Amino acid sequence: MSAAVRRNVFLMFGAGFAALLLWSFGGLPDFGHYAGPYGDILNASSIPERQTTAVVSAINFDYRGFDTLGEEFILFAAVVGVASLLRNLRGERDRRPDDDARGRRVREPSVAVSVLGLGLVGPTVLVGLYVVVHGHQTPGGGFQGGVILATALLLVYLSDTYVTLLRVGPMALIEFAEALGAASLGLLGLAGLIWGTAYMENVLPLGTAGHLLSAGTIPLSSVAVGLAVTGGFAFMLSEFLEQTLVVRRRR
Amino acid sequence: MDVLPYVVAAWVMLVGLYGIVTSRDLIHLVICLSVVQSSTYVLLISIGYKKGGEPPVFADRPPTARAVDPIVQALTLTDVVVGATVTAMLLAIAVQAHKRYGSLDPEKLRAMRG
Repeated sequence: MSAAVRRNVFLMFGAGFAALLLWSFGGLPDFGHYAGPYGDILNASSIPERQTTAVVSAINFDYRGFDTLGEEFILFAAVVGVASLLRNLRGERDRRPDDDARGRRVREPSVAVSVLGLGLVGPTVLVGLYVVVHGHQTPGGGFQGGVILATALLLVYLSDTYVTLLRVGPMALIEFAEALGAASLGLLGLAGLIWGTAYMENVLPLGTAGHLLSAGTIPLSSVAVGLAVTGGFAFMLSEFLEQTLVVRRRR
Repeated sequence: MDVLPYVVAAWVMLVGLYGIVTSRDLIHLVICLSVVQSSTYVLLISIGYKKGGEPPVFADRPPTARAVDPIVQALTLTDVVVGATVTAMLLAIAVQAHKRYGSLDPEKLRAMRG
């Protein structure tokens, strides 16, 4: 099918699809007139029931905790998928990242990029940790904070060479963080089964809303997810970097 | 206008689909898929919005009935994570496809070799 034919076929069916979409939107409540009761119920019960001031985190790590476990394993599966897709093909070999073409050194980034990048590593890690551990009080949590933490590794890559990145975040440590985070979340759920009545039940003392140590298992789940997301994203980033920096076609 | 955000979601989705159908580059195609997925974020967040709404975070004020729906926001977070993982997988496939066929043009991937 030529490109023009394909586009015309899409425009034809796309128009029909658009009409159906717009028709279906007619059945939605008017924008700004939220109808369902569930959001309001959770907004009202999150503090009395769970001592959690960030309702989205209460949903993700408690009310809907089991779904988050599934989501976490989707990420885990994607990490495994990327690792197996990007494994060395036949005729490819690894070379040392600091040993580039003979007689030519890896070009280093400019001093400005190095200084700014390395200077930002500290604040980025701090912000990431803050977002992870305060997920039950303010917007944030393990997913958001974990991605911020993983970008700290990218800053190291930008500001220096890949060798430094490997030294700061060796692959074994990254893989361990990913596995530990995913396992901790699953085991936290098990705690609910042992000391409570259901998997993922919030069995720890809830404390007082607004305190760092409150909301029972919610901050712990957040930290576990933070570990897993940091490890997962750092691992995937390293895999992609390796494709350009380490993996070479054998001649 | 009371349906504008829904129309925006439909528009973003259709534009992304158009990009996928007419794409001549696998990286571009993956980005277009992300655009399609973004339409679901717009739709989810719009459904939970209230006029004059406030965020569902009560760290510095008591809970209010004006707070918007937190459930669709939690679903959007799931959506974003799944989107990121799908993007990573597809980009990895694009890397290997480029190695095998020497091109990122989907048209040129047609001759499947063993």
